[in-house]
Amino acid sequence: MANIEIRNVSKGYGGRAVLSNLSLELNDGECFTLLGPSGCGKTVLTRLIAGFEAPDAGTILIGGNIVADAATGDSLPTDKRGLGMVFQDYAVWPHMTVFDNIAYPLKIAGIDAEALKRRTLESIEMVGLKNLEERLPSQLSGGQQQRVALARALVHEPGILLLDEPLNNLDANLREEMRFEIKALQQKLGVTILYVTHDQEIALGIADRIAIMDADGRIRQIGTPEEVYEKSVDDYVFRFLGIANLLPVRRRNDDLFLGDTGEAWTGETPATTGDRFTAGFRPSDVILAREGEGLPGIIRRASFLGAQIDYLIDIAGTLIRATLPSHEGVARDLMFVENDPCRIHLASVQWFPGDIVVTNRV
Amino acid sequence: MQNKRTGFGTPELLFALSVGILLVVVAFPMLLIFFNAFWVDGHFNVADVVKVLQRKETYQALLNSLFLSGGVTVTGTIVGTFFAWLVTRTDLPFKKTMKLLFLVPFMLPAFIGALAWKMLLSPRAGYINRFFMDVLGFDNPIFDIYTYAGIILVETMYLFPFVFIQVSGALERMDPTLEESARISGADLFTITRKITIPLVLPSILSGALLIMLYSMAHFGTVAVLGVETGIYNIPVLIYEKIHQSAGSFDSIRTATVLATVLVITAALIMWTQNRVLAKGKYQIIAGKSFRPTELKLRGLRIPLFAFCVLYIAFTIILPTATIFLVGGLKTYGLPFDMENLTWANYHHILFEWDLTRDSIWNSITLGLASALITMFAGVIVSYVIVKMKVKGKGILEFLGMLPFSVPGSVIALGVILAWSGKFGISIYNTVWIILVAYIARYMAFSLKANSAALEQVHDSLVEAARASGATMAQALKDVVIPLVRPGMVAAFFLIFLPALRELTVSVLLYGPTTRTIGVAIYTLNEDGETVYSAALAGIALIIIVVGEVLIKRLVTSKNGA
Repeated sequence: MANIEIRNVSKGYGGRAVLSNLSLELNDGECFTLLGPSGCGKTVLTRLIAGFEAPDAGTILIGGNIVADAATGDSLPTDKRGLGMVFQDYAVWPHMTVFDNIAYPLKIAGIDAEALKRRTLESIEMVGLKNLEERLPSQLSGGQQQRVALARALVHEPGILLLDEPLNNLDANLREEMRFEIKALQQKLGVTILYVTHDQEIALGIADRIAIMDADGRIRQIGTPEEVYEKSVDDYVFRFLGIANLLPVRRRNDDLFLGDTGEAWTGETPATTGDRFTAGFRPSDVILAREGEGLPGIIRRASFLGAQIDYLIDIAGTLIRATLPSHEGVARDLMFVENDPCRIHLASVQWFPGDIVVTNRV
Repeated sequence: MQNKRTGFGTPELLFALSVGILLVVVAFPMLLIFFNAFWVDGHFNVADVVKVLQRKETYQALLNSLFLSGGVTVTGTIVGTFFAWLVTRTDLPFKKTMKLLFLVPFMLPAFIGALAWKMLLSPRAGYINRFFMDVLGFDNPIFDIYTYAGIILVETMYLFPFVFIQVSGALERMDPTLEESARISGADLFTITRKITIPLVLPSILSGALLIMLYSMAHFGTVAVLGVETGIYNIPVLIYEKIHQSAGSFDSIRTATVLATVLVITAALIMWTQNRVLAKGKYQIIAGKSFRPTELKLRGLRIPLFAFCVLYIAFTIILPTATIFLVGGLKTYGLPFDMENLTWANYHHILFEWDLTRDSIWNSITLGLASALITMFAGVIVSYVIVKMKVKGKGILEFLGMLPFSVPGSVIALGVILAWSGKFGISIYNTVWIILVAYIARYMAFSLKANSAALEQVHDSLVEAARASGATMAQALKDVVIPLVRPGMVAAFFLIFLPALRELTVSVLLYGPTTRTIGVAIYTLNEDGETVYSAALAGIALIIIVVGEVLIKRLVTSKNGA
C-alpha cells in the first residue's frame, strides 16, 4: 500500500503561513494532480511529503506509516521514504552518463551488478533513450534529460512518484507527448503519482483526481477532472480551469435579466433561489447567430486561428470570448468582422451565487 | 529508523567545523590585533592610539602609503586601460599574443622586479646609469630608482594587469549592439567611445583601480627593496622594522598593531568602495558571450603603437628578467657582463651547496603544497555551509572567511605572532608551522571564492534528487557534490599554491633561522649585500614560478576539455 495521508498539516516560513491545517488523501495507485497558481504552497507540500522539509504542525503518513509528525518532531529521512521524484529543473547529474544517472538508485540500494544492468537498461528502453546510455546530460536535449529524470525516479520501483512541474521547460509538443507517456507508465507500473502543476491543461489531461488550491494554500475542490471542470464549486475553480466568461444575471419578479439592463435572460435558469447570480461558461459553450433570438452582442475583435475562429463579443458592456470551428463558421455564414451585431445562446452554464467582479468590462 | 530533527548529524558537524576553523585561524589573531592596539593595562584607550599615530614615523608611513599607492593606482589604471583598449578595440598586429604578454607581469613577483630595477637604475651602481655616465659621458645618473617616482614606476609595471584584465574583459563581453545602435543613430566613433563605451566600462576600470590600490597599500617588497637607501617606507615596511628590530618590546608591538589597524581600516574602505562600484556597475549590457567588436583602424599609428607595445614589454619584462639571470651569474657584483665574468658556480652553489638557499626552496614548496591542500579542503567545508546550508549565523562565517581577502599580509602575520607565540599556551614562533598557519588564514578567501563559485553551480535539487533516490546525506555529498565541485577545488589549490611559492610579505615577519622562504631568502641576501646570490636565487624562483604556471595552465585546460 502506498497511499499518502496528510493530516492537518501547517507550514510557514519566517512567520508567513504557506499551508495551514491542510488535509488530503491520495489513494494507492492513483494519479493525483495538485493544481494551483505559483506560490500557493503546492511545491512545499511535495517537499513535505518527500521529507526535504518538516511540517510545523500535523502528520504525514505513507502507506499507513507516520513519516513526519510535528508533535513528536519525528521525521523519516527522505532516503528511507521509498520515493521517486522528478524535479522542475530535471536535476540530472551533469557528471554522470545517462546509464549512471538512471542506475544510481539501484546502486544505492545495493542491487547486484547483473540485475542493476538489466533493470537500468529496461528503464532506459521504457523512456525511449536506447543507445544514448553513454551520453552525458550536456549532450541531451531538454526532453531527453526529462526522460532520464523520469527513468531515474522509477527505476527502483518506488511506491510513490512525486512530480514537481516536470514538463514546464519543454515545448508544447513534447509536453503533450510526455504527458501521455507518464500516464501510460503509471497505469503499467501502478505507482501512486502526485503531480504538481499550475497548468490546467496538463492537470486535466493526466489526473485521476485533481485538487485545486488557491493562492492562500487552501484546497478549494477535489474531484475527477470532469467533476471539477463541469461542476466547479466556485468561480475561482471555474476560472482557474480555462478561459472563463462571466455574465451578471438578476432576478426581478421571477423574471431573469442580463445584469441591470432590461435585456431578458434567454438561457438556462439557476436552480437556487436569490436575485443576483453570475453565469459562467466557456468560449466553446457560446452558440452564435447573425440574428433571431438570444442575447444581442457586438463583435469587437475577430481572430482567425486556422482550425478555429476566436471572437471577442461585447454583451451589454461585458466582454466575453467565443470560439467556433472554422468549417462551421464558413458553412453557417458566421464569419463576422469587427462591429458586426450578433446573437448568442449558451449551450451550458454554471451558476455562481451573487455578483462576481468581472474585470473585462468595456 | 526515525531521526529526531534535533540530533547532531552531518550538517551540525560541518557547521561546527567551519566555525572552528575560521575562529581559530582568522578571527582570533585579528581580534588580538585590535585588542593590543586599543587595550592598555586593562583599559580601553584611544588617547594612546592617537599618540602613536602622531609620532613622526607612523605619520610619515601613513602618508607614504597613501602617496605611493595613490600614485601607482593612477599610473597603473592609465597604463592598464590604454593597453586593454589597444588589444581589444583596435587593429593592432598580433593582438592575441600581445594580450597574453601583458599578463606576464602578473606572474612575476614585484619584489624580484624591484631587485632587477635596483641593479639597473640605482644612482651609482645601476647598469643603465653607469652606461650613460661612463660610456656616454653624462654627469649625473639619468634616473634614480631610490625615489618615490622610482617605486611608483616599478609597482606600476607589475600591478597594471589588475586593470588590464578587468577592462579588456569588459570590453570583450560588451554587447556590440549597444555601440552599433549608437552608430545607426548617427554618432561617430569618438562620440560613441565617449558617451557609450567609457561609461559602460567605467565600473571595470574603477574596480581594477581599487584592486591596484588595495594591493599596493599592503605591498612590502618593492618599497623595502628600493626605499631602504633613502629612508622611504610605508606601513608594511614600518611594521616589519618594528617587529624585527625591537626584539618584541611591548611598545614596538603596540605601534605595529596600531599601524595594522590603520591598514585594515583603509583596506576595508577600499573593499567597501569596490563593492559599491560593482553593485552599481551591474548593467545587463555585459553579456556572457564573446563577439567581434568594431575595431578602430589605427592607420598610420598602427606600426608605431605596435613598436611601443613591443618596447614596453621588452623594457618591463625581458630587460629585468635578463638582468636577474645575468647578475645571478656574475663572479662579483658590479663587473661588466663579459663571458669571462659569468659563471654557473653561483647557481650551483645555491642549489646544491648552501643550506640557507636549499632550505628556502624546500620550505616554500612544502609550505605552498601544505597550505594549498589544507585551505582547499577547509574552504570546501566552509563554502558548503555558506552556500548550501540554511543555518543562522552563516553571514558571520562569510564575513570571517572573506576578511583576509582585504586584510594585508603584514597584518595577518602580526596577528599570528600575537596568537601563537606562547601567550595562549601554544608557541610555534620561529617554526615553519607559524608560517603555515598564517598562509592558511591569508589564502582562505581564495579557496572560499573558488569553491563557492563551484558550489553555486550545484543546484539544491541535484542533492535532493540523490536523497529521493535513496542516498543518505553523506552518500549524496560523496556522489554528487564532491565530483561537481572538484574543478573548483583544483582551481583553489593552484590559486593558493602559486602565490604561496613567491610569498614575501607574510613570511618576512615570521621567518626564523631555518625557516626562510624563497622570498625571504632573496630579500635577506639582498639586504646583506649578497646581490649576486640574491639574483641567482631570484632567477631560480622565476623558473619555478613560470614552470608552475605553465604546467598548471596545461593541467586545468586539459581537465576542462575532458
